[in-house]
Amino acid sequence: MAPLEMALAAQAAPAPRISRRRLIGVAVLVLLLLFAFLPLLVGGTDPLKQSLRFALKGPSLQDWFGFDHLGRSMQARLAAALRLSLGLAFLSVVTAMIPGIVLGVLSAWCGGLVDRVISGLSDAFMALPGLLLVLMLTAIVPDNPAMLYIGISLVLWVEYYRMTRALARPLLASPAVEASRLLGFGPAHILRRHIWPEIGPMILTVGAYGAASAIMAIAALGFVSVGVRPPTPELGAMMIELLPYYEEAPHALLQPILVIFLMVLALQLVGAKDRP
Amino acid sequence: MMKTLLNRLIQAVLVALMVGMLTFVMARSLPGDMAYRIAAGRYGYDLVDQAAAAKVAAELDLHQSAFTAFSQWIMDLARLDFGVSLISGAPVMEEITQQLGNTLELAIAALLLSLLIGPPLGILAGLRPGGWLDRTLMLISTALRALPQFVVGLGLIILFSLTLNLLPAAGHGQSQHLFLPALTLALGLAAVSNRVARDAMLSVQQTAYYSFGRTKGLSDWQVFTRHGLRNVAVPIITYLGIQFIYLVESVVVVETLFAWPGIGHALVHAVFGRDIPMIQATALMMGLIFVGLNGLVDALCHLVDPRRRAHGSA
Amino acid sequence: MSILFSVDQAAVHSSSTTLVEPVSLALVAGRPFTILGETGSGKSLLAQALMGLLPHGLNATGSALIDGLPIDLTDPGAQRPLFGRKVGVLPQEPWLALDPTMRALPQVAEGHRFIAGKPTRLANEAAREDLLALDVADCADKLPMQLSGGMAQRVAFAAARAGGARIIIADEPTKGLDVARRNEVIALLMREVKAGGTILTITHDLELARQMGGDLAVMFEGRIIEQGLAEEVLDNPSHTYTRRLIAADPKQWPQQKRHADQSSPIILEAKDIEKTRGGKRLFTGIDLTLRRGEILGVTGQSGSGKSSLGDILLGLLPPDRGRVLRDKAIAKVRYQKIYQDPPSAFPARVTLAQSLNDLTRLHRLDAQRIAPLMQRLRLSPTLLSRLPGEVSGGELQRFALLRVLMLDPVFLFADEPTSRLDVITQAETIQLLVELAREQGCAVLIVSHDRALIDKTCDRQLAISA
Repeated sequence: MAPLEMALAAQAAPAPRISRRRLIGVAVLVLLLLFAFLPLLVGGTDPLKQSLRFALKGPSLQDWFGFDHLGRSMQARLAAALRLSLGLAFLSVVTAMIPGIVLGVLSAWCGGLVDRVISGLSDAFMALPGLLLVLMLTAIVPDNPAMLYIGISLVLWVEYYRMTRALARPLLASPAVEASRLLGFGPAHILRRHIWPEIGPMILTVGAYGAASAIMAIAALGFVSVGVRPPTPELGAMMIELLPYYEEAPHALLQPILVIFLMVLALQLVGAKDRP
Repeated sequence: MMKTLLNRLIQAVLVALMVGMLTFVMARSLPGDMAYRIAAGRYGYDLVDQAAAAKVAAELDLHQSAFTAFSQWIMDLARLDFGVSLISGAPVMEEITQQLGNTLELAIAALLLSLLIGPPLGILAGLRPGGWLDRTLMLISTALRALPQFVVGLGLIILFSLTLNLLPAAGHGQSQHLFLPALTLALGLAAVSNRVARDAMLSVQQTAYYSFGRTKGLSDWQVFTRHGLRNVAVPIITYLGIQFIYLVESVVVVETLFAWPGIGHALVHAVFGRDIPMIQATALMMGLIFVGLNGLVDALCHLVDPRRRAHGSA
Repeated sequence: MSILFSVDQAAVHSSSTTLVEPVSLALVAGRPFTILGETGSGKSLLAQALMGLLPHGLNATGSALIDGLPIDLTDPGAQRPLFGRKVGVLPQEPWLALDPTMRALPQVAEGHRFIAGKPTRLANEAAREDLLALDVADCADKLPMQLSGGMAQRVAFAAARAGGARIIIADEPTKGLDVARRNEVIALLMREVKAGGTILTITHDLELARQMGGDLAVMFEGRIIEQGLAEEVLDNPSHTYTRRLIAADPKQWPQQKRHADQSSPIILEAKDIEKTRGGKRLFTGIDLTLRRGEILGVTGQSGSGKSSLGDILLGLLPPDRGRVLRDKAIAKVRYQKIYQDPPSAFPARVTLAQSLNDLTRLHRLDAQRIAPLMQRLRLSPTLLSRLPGEVSGGELQRFALLRVLMLDPVFLFADEPTSRLDVITQAETIQLLVELAREQGCAVLIVSHDRALIDKTCDRQLAISA
C-alpha cells in the first residue's frame, strides 16, 4: 500500500514549463502595469494640467518624458492613457470570456436547436468586421468609453465561443467522455476533468490576442477622432494631437507609439503558442 | 458551391440586418427633435415645415410601434433607399458610388501588393525553417503586427513624403497617391500572410505525400511545383478570407490618414457628424465589400482545390 | 541468382547511443526479404537508414550496393538519385501518401514522365496501363479522397514503381488492415517479386512474413537476432524471443473455449436487433443471450457494424428495431466497455491516480482494492503519477481494465481491445482479460477482426454480415 500512497501523494501536477518568449512578455506587461498604476498609489501629476511654458519641452532629469504641445506632463498622460487602454481591454476580455465559454460549452453539449441558435447569433456578429460594429456603437453615444467597452466585448465573445465550441465538440464525442459517462460520472466531472483542462490554456492565448486587438481598436478610433476624445488622454488621440509637432518634438510623438508597440508586443508574446 | 454561395447570401442579409438595427437604435436615441432633423435631411432645411415633420414623425416613430417602425426601416434599407445626407443634403446614393469605387481601388491594390510580398517570402522561409530569412521575417512580422496600421502609415509618410520627398502624403487622383495607402495596408496584410504561408509550406513539407514525391524520384523543384504549390495555396487563400476583416477595418483608418475619399473615410466623417443616413449606407457598403471579397475567395478556393469541385459534383 | 541490393554493416546512431547494431543483408532478384520486429525493435529506423530518410539528429553508418552502384549510408543524400529509378518506396499509409489535390493518373504518370523521361502523352498512356494492370483503371480521374483504402494502395504502388524501380521497400504495408485487405497487399507485393524484382518488407505481422516467404530476419532491441529462410525460422525458431513472438500469435494460443453453464443467470438479452448507419443496413434480426461468465466473440469485416452492436447492447446507441433487456436488479455501471485506442479513453490531462481517485470517491469504493489489482495486472505503482499519454498502450489498456474491474462488472464490451498493441502485449492483455472476467463471473463480448483470436478465446461466436 505504501508505494501507491506515495504515488498518489506525488501526483501534484508538474509545474508547466513557461517558454522564454512568454516570460519576456509577462515581464514587459508587468513593467507597463507598474508605470500605469503606480501614480495612483504614490500620487502623480494631473494629466490634464496645462502649463504652456513647458510646451514641447524635451526630456530632462526631472521629467524623463518631457511635455506635450500644451505643456502637459507626458508621463502623466501616458500613464493615464495606459490605464484606459489596459483597463478597457482587460474588462472587455473578461466580459467576453465568460459568456463565450459558457455558450460554447452549451452549444457543444446540447447540439441541435440550441447549437444552431447560438451559432447563428455568432455568425451575425461575425458578418460585420468588428471595428465597424464598435464604430457604429460609438455613434449612438459619442465620446463614451462604455460604448467602446460594449462594442469590443460584443466582438470578442465570438472568438471565445468558437474556440470553446470547436474544442469541446470532439471532446464530448470522444471515447474518453463516453467511458466517464459509463463509469457513472456526471456533467460536473466531465466539465472539470475533460473540458476545462483542454480549454484552460486556450483562454490565455485568446485573451492575450483579444486584449491586443482591443488596444489596437481603441487607438485606431482615437486616431480617427471618433473614440475617446480629447482632452482625455488616449494613445491614438495623443498621436494625432502630436503629429503636427513631429519635427520640433519627435520624442513626444514617439512615446505613445512606443508604449502601444510594447503593450501589443507583450500581449502577443504572452499569447504565442510554442511553434516548432 | 451553391451552398457556399447561399452562405454568403445569408451573411450579406445578416450584415444588412446588423447595420439596420444599429442605425435604427442610433436614430431613436438621437437627441433633439428627430423628426425635424430627418425631415430636414429628406426635404432640405428650407422646405421643412410642420407638415413634413409630422409626416416623418408618423412614418418613423410616434404613431407606429417600434416593431413596425423597424420593419419599415429595414424595408427602406433593402430597397437601398438611404435618403439624404443630414450634413450635405445630397442623396446618399450619389455620394457613395464615387467613394465605393475609390475604396475598391485601394483595397484591391493593397490585396495584390500584399500577395506579392507575403506568400512568396513566407514560402521561401518555410522551405528552410529556422534559417536567416525565416528568423528575419519572424522579427519584422511580429514588429509590424504590434504597430497600429496608422503608425505604419505615418512612418511611410514621414519617410517617403516628408524626408525623401518622393511621394505625396495625402490626396487622391493620380496613381502616386495610391502607393502609400496601399503599401500601408499591404504591409499589415503581408505581416500575417507570410507567417501563414510559412507554416503551410512547413506542414506540407512534412506530409507523407511530399516525401513520397521525393522517394518517387522527383527532384526538389519538381516535388515543390507539382505537390507543394497547390497544397500551400489552399490554406493561404482560405486565410485571405479571415484577413478581409483586417482589411476592412484598416481601410477605415488608412483612408482617414491619407485623406483618401473612400467609404471608410466617409464612414468616419458620418460617425463624427452623426449623419445617420450616411452611416447606414457606408457601413452597409463596407460590410458588403467584406462579404463580396469573401465570396471571391470561395470562388478562388474552388478553382485551386479540386477537392471542392469533386464535392460539388458528388 | 543475382543480388539486387546488398547492405554491409548498416547501423543507426543517435548522438549518445547506437540504436541499431550493424546489419548486413542481401536481396536477391525474385525473392522477397522480410524484417520482422515489434514496435521499438529498430526495424523502421533500419529501413529509414537504408532509404536515407532518418529523422533529424540520427545518423547512419555502413554501406550498400544497389544494382551494382555503391552507396555510402553516412551520406543521407546518396540514395536520392536512385529513388524511382532503382529503388521504390511503398508508403506506409497510401491514403496519406497520395497528393490530396491531384487526381490519380498524373500521380502515377509523373514517374513515367520525369523519371523514365517519356513524353507527356506516352507517360499518361503508360500510367493508364499500370492502373489497368492493377484493376483500378476507373480510378484514373479520381482524387485520393474518392478512393477506397485498397484502391489507394494500388495507385500508390503503381506510382512508387512507375520510374522503373525493381527494388521495392515496404514499411509496414499491412498496418491496420483486415485479413482480406492484407491478402490483397501480399498478392500485390508478390507480383513484383515474380516479375523479377525484389521486395524488402518491414513488418510486425507474423502472417505477412509467413505468406511472403523468401528470407526473413527477426529484429529485437536494435539487433538482428535470427536470420534465414522464412519457413525455417518460423517453424524452427532458435532464439527465445522469436519463440515468444511466435507463441504470442493467436493461432498458437491454447484453446480457452468453455461450455456455457446454462444455470448461471442471464444478464443481458437482445431481441431482433437491427441497425442502419449512413444509409447502409449493418445487421438485422440479431438475437442473443448472455449469461454471467460467458465470453462471446463477434467477427465480421471492417465496417460491418461489430462495434455498433456492442454499443447498442450497452445502450450507447439506439437500435433501429428490437430491444435490449438487462437485469434491472443490477446497477447500470456494472455494464462496461474497453476501448480500441487506450489513450483516447482517458482524460488526456489528468493523471491516472487522479482518474482512479475520482472513481473510488464517486462510488465510495474501497481504495484498498487498487493495489492488489494493480499487482495482478502487472502495473507498477510508479505509473500512477503519469498522464495517460506517458504510459505504453499495453499498460494503459490494463489500467482501463483496472478501472472497470473496480466496479465489479457483470458485462464487458471489449471493442478491438488489442488491435493497437504488439503481438506479445496482445497475448498478455487478452489472457488477463479472460482470466479476470472468468474469476469475477463477468460476461465479455469481444469484437475483433482477428478470427484466430476469437476462435481461441471465446465460448461462442457471432459472425456479422449485412
